[in-house]
Amino acid sequence: MSRNSPDKRLSVAKTYKLYIGGKFPRTESGRTFEARSHSGDLLANLCRASRKDLREAVVVARKAFPGWAKRSGYNRGQILYRIAEMMEGRIDQLVNEVSSQGVSPQKALKEVETSIERFVHYAGWADKYAQVHSSVNPVSSSHFNFSVPEPMGIVGIIPPNEPSLLGLATLLAPALAGGNVTISLVSETRPLAPATFAEILHSSDVPPGVVNILTGFRKELLPDFSTHMDVNAILAADLSTKEKKLTEENSALNLKRVVHLPSKAISATDNPGLSPILSLQETKTTWHPIGT
Amino acid sequence: MSLSGTLANTPPIDSVGVAERVARFSTRSIKKTSKMEALKLALSMIDLTTLEGKDTEDKVRRLCYKARHLHVDLPDLPTVAAVCVYPTMVKVAREELNDCGVKVAAVATSFPSGQDDLSLRIRQTKGAVRHGAQEIDMVISRGRFLAGDYQYVTDEIVAVKEACGEAHLKVILETGELYTLENVRKASDIAIHAGADFIKTSTGKVQPAATMEVTLVMLEAIRDHFQETGKIVGMKPAGGISNSKIAIRYLVMLRETLGNRWLTPKLFRFGASSLANDLLMQIVKQSSGVYQSSNYFSID
Amino acid sequence: MAKKHSNKLDFDTGWHYDPAPESPELAKLKDSYDLFIDGKFVKPTSGKYFDTTSPSSQKTLAKVAEADKRDVAKAVTAARKAYEGTWSRIRPSERGKYLFRIARVIQERSRELAVTESLDGGKPIRESRDIDLPLVAAHFFYHAGWADKLSYAFPGRKVGPVGVAGQIIPWNFPLLMAAWKIAPALATGNTVVIKPAETTPLTSLKLAEILQEVDLPPGVVNILTGAGSTGECIVRHPDVDKIAFTGSTEVGKLIRKTLAGTDKRLTLELGGKAANIVFEDAALDQAVEGIVNGIFFNQGHVCCAGSRLLVQESISEKIVRKLKDRMETLVVGDPLDKNTDIGAINSKEQLKKIQGYLKVGQREGAEIFQTSCPLPKRGNWCPPTLFLNASQSHRISQEEIFGPVLAIQTFRTVDEAIEKANNTPFGLSGGVWTDKGAKAFHVSERIKAGVVWTNTFNKFDPASPFGGYKESGFGREGGRHGLEAYLNISETGGNR
Repeated sequence: MSRNSPDKRLSVAKTYKLYIGGKFPRTESGRTFEARSHSGDLLANLCRASRKDLREAVVVARKAFPGWAKRSGYNRGQILYRIAEMMEGRIDQLVNEVSSQGVSPQKALKEVETSIERFVHYAGWADKYAQVHSSVNPVSSSHFNFSVPEPMGIVGIIPPNEPSLLGLATLLAPALAGGNVTISLVSETRPLAPATFAEILHSSDVPPGVVNILTGFRKELLPDFSTHMDVNAILAADLSTKEKKLTEENSALNLKRVVHLPSKAISATDNPGLSPILSLQETKTTWHPIGT
Repeated sequence: MSLSGTLANTPPIDSVGVAERVARFSTRSIKKTSKMEALKLALSMIDLTTLEGKDTEDKVRRLCYKARHLHVDLPDLPTVAAVCVYPTMVKVAREELNDCGVKVAAVATSFPSGQDDLSLRIRQTKGAVRHGAQEIDMVISRGRFLAGDYQYVTDEIVAVKEACGEAHLKVILETGELYTLENVRKASDIAIHAGADFIKTSTGKVQPAATMEVTLVMLEAIRDHFQETGKIVGMKPAGGISNSKIAIRYLVMLRETLGNRWLTPKLFRFGASSLANDLLMQIVKQSSGVYQSSNYFSID
Repeated sequence: MAKKHSNKLDFDTGWHYDPAPESPELAKLKDSYDLFIDGKFVKPTSGKYFDTTSPSSQKTLAKVAEADKRDVAKAVTAARKAYEGTWSRIRPSERGKYLFRIARVIQERSRELAVTESLDGGKPIRESRDIDLPLVAAHFFYHAGWADKLSYAFPGRKVGPVGVAGQIIPWNFPLLMAAWKIAPALATGNTVVIKPAETTPLTSLKLAEILQEVDLPPGVVNILTGAGSTGECIVRHPDVDKIAFTGSTEVGKLIRKTLAGTDKRLTLELGGKAANIVFEDAALDQAVEGIVNGIFFNQGHVCCAGSRLLVQESISEKIVRKLKDRMETLVVGDPLDKNTDIGAINSKEQLKKIQGYLKVGQREGAEIFQTSCPLPKRGNWCPPTLFLNASQSHRISQEEIFGPVLAIQTFRTVDEAIEKANNTPFGLSGGVWTDKGAKAFHVSERIKAGVVWTNTFNKFDPASPFGGYKESGFGREGGRHGLEAYLNISETGGNR
């Protein structure tokens, strides 16, 4: 694009921001980092989220949790499907953003399409996993005894750097389908599509605070994700050995659950199925006497 | 007498929880001295009963003799608490027992069904008292109770109580016809409220008769009433308590629910016919160390 | 309104129950016990033994071997060999048959095991006989049947064993916890290295005898006695694929940290501070029984104990009165006496901890009530205790005491009850008492805990999944859900 030609319209560059509590704030720290194209051109300045941004996201997520968990699976499924619909409408933009950072257009299209498939797949799970996982337990005493899954609460999501959009979609969709609220620290190397994805969520009936998206540096924020006492679980893929050890060590503070999804599950065309949903569920067993 | 307030205090009852509590009483292991004490205590709490159409004065006389002379070889045994008979037999029972301390109890109020005009039932009660009955075992109108006419049940108990005069009133709920433990509790509350001196589970003519579950619920009603008002009411399970083992379980339940104060024939009775001989057999076994045969215990 | 009367029930005078003790001889104890490795009893490499004593009579019951790192290595090697060589290869139905056999022999020897449990751990024989032992047998029996039916448990997914499981269990339900750990591990095809608690090793060692008796292949289960350091060696051993731990939250966190960055699987069943919520419309007498069961069962040495009572203000006076009366009938004393309700506190150390909390509670301003039941002179004893007017910020309302001590608070609204119940880092269990079905579900759904007892408390069954939320640990034990802890599960592909 030549900026000197008098006939050419000057394009309007997009400002990428964080997504916290249904709003698009800049980082409170005022810091940014650069997203560059494969050839090294500056594409955008992204917010380099701070631990205070994370803290703020946890507060709004905690507020959003009871409402989201209480919605029917049917309703959550509809919202997940709505996300897929909105993504479909913005395929071109997403493909452009993915390919602008060094993915071939063909592979980028595949990545965006598979991301959409993830949401369709988990939209259909939202009102079924509980039935599949639940049980009425045949205890020997005169009691009605049943077990049902309940969402863990706030899930910190650490998707792989690449594929950035598909990684986020693969981790986010099962967490949401299961009634959890999320804070995602998206790809450092290809953050554009994930950041745009926040706008798609915003127009998809997702209640404020249910999905929060931070851009920034994993090295900086992973310790805060894993030590935060009000984060109930971490869902990650592709952590380095060091990152994994650190996360698990820190998780001991409040015994937050740490779940790693294998990287091949991220990029596979097959959807990851039931396991990721259940990995973010607690099982509650209730007893009640049967009598008169 | 108004019912308001009485039934408002009637708590829900969970039958599974009651059964669990009962099971726990049954795990108490009563041995040695505590067993001997229990056997004698149970014996002293018996209302020796004969309530059959074929009863004769002769049969009642023999029963009264047995009540006074439980076992020839054990002269220092307590006597039973009372002899329980139909109103027609009160006179002869009273003659036999005299003032030996064994009371005469009469089932009145058109026992066992209670299906008669209240005026007739009152007259029957007064007659039994006139003939010397010291205790009256009345039945409530279960039909009225199940139909929800609690006021009627209250009023009939108040009326019979008045007819009793000095005689003690035991109110039979006939729990086998009340179906649920909540009904048992409700009927207990009504009876206590209306002036019962004792509440009693059963006539013995309907199955199931006394069960530990039903008795526990009734004991808890007595306890709550005592703690709220200070009034002391007695308890009489009747029917089905046929041996010492079961009787001791009832005593354990009584002790752990109402405390030692209730461990007296003044406040607890067993309505039973065959229990006495089994208790006697056990007492002899405890003192002799030899297992007994029923051939050595008279069946009157 | 309840009228005030001084009408006290009398439980002190008159007829009492004579002692009815089981004979300690029934335990048939040996003087000394070795480690159980590769199907044989072997001496510890170090040659060291420690005493296990009775918390009631204070007598030494037996000498028990102390396993160190070298013994752990031997046991893991044996378990690995058994896993590769036999256990993961034999037909699943055969695995199941071994478990059935174990269940049967436990039933046959249950009196001996119950007496041993009460001698070594201090719990009343009524509980070891009527609760622990039947559940132990039931756990083996239940899991036996799963061995050849695992594919039915997880349709659409493929399952396989994890490998060698290292298991560390506590002293409050010694044999029952061994059963909870071993039965599902074996049913799913894993082999086991297990360490019973230092103060209660004897029933596990008797279980080792039973495993020999049923000809379980050598190395499938290895039983190592010892203290915390033995447990640590198991946790750290590189060839252990999975750790299952039941115990304190403090140690659970340490284990979590130790395993960080390894690929070892982990399940934790840790502490609790459960709220038992009683609404004014509850079946009160049954609720009182549930409260008693909730906190005085097993001397309160229960991770899921209902150690906080939240009672609706309008009935608090009545409930407390009923509770005190009920407590007066509880017999504290000789664990072997069939009439004992509350046995000995498991160790001097634990007694000291409980006594510390009794002081703390009073210092914090809560009103203490203890029953008048006489305590034996020798041994570790704590009478059943209530703290009235406790507040949410008191330590006795926040921290796990693990003794027969109940902290009582009142509430007015449903929301307040739920908020107070959840205001804790723990999340193992909870109780709700109300006669209203809709309210029971409303509250039980909102309690953040893995097990919710509505109109009952402290019920256990091998078919019923058990485990915590939050700092009470993760993973479930029991039921179909409990199998997951010992399986690698993958999606089978297809049209996803």
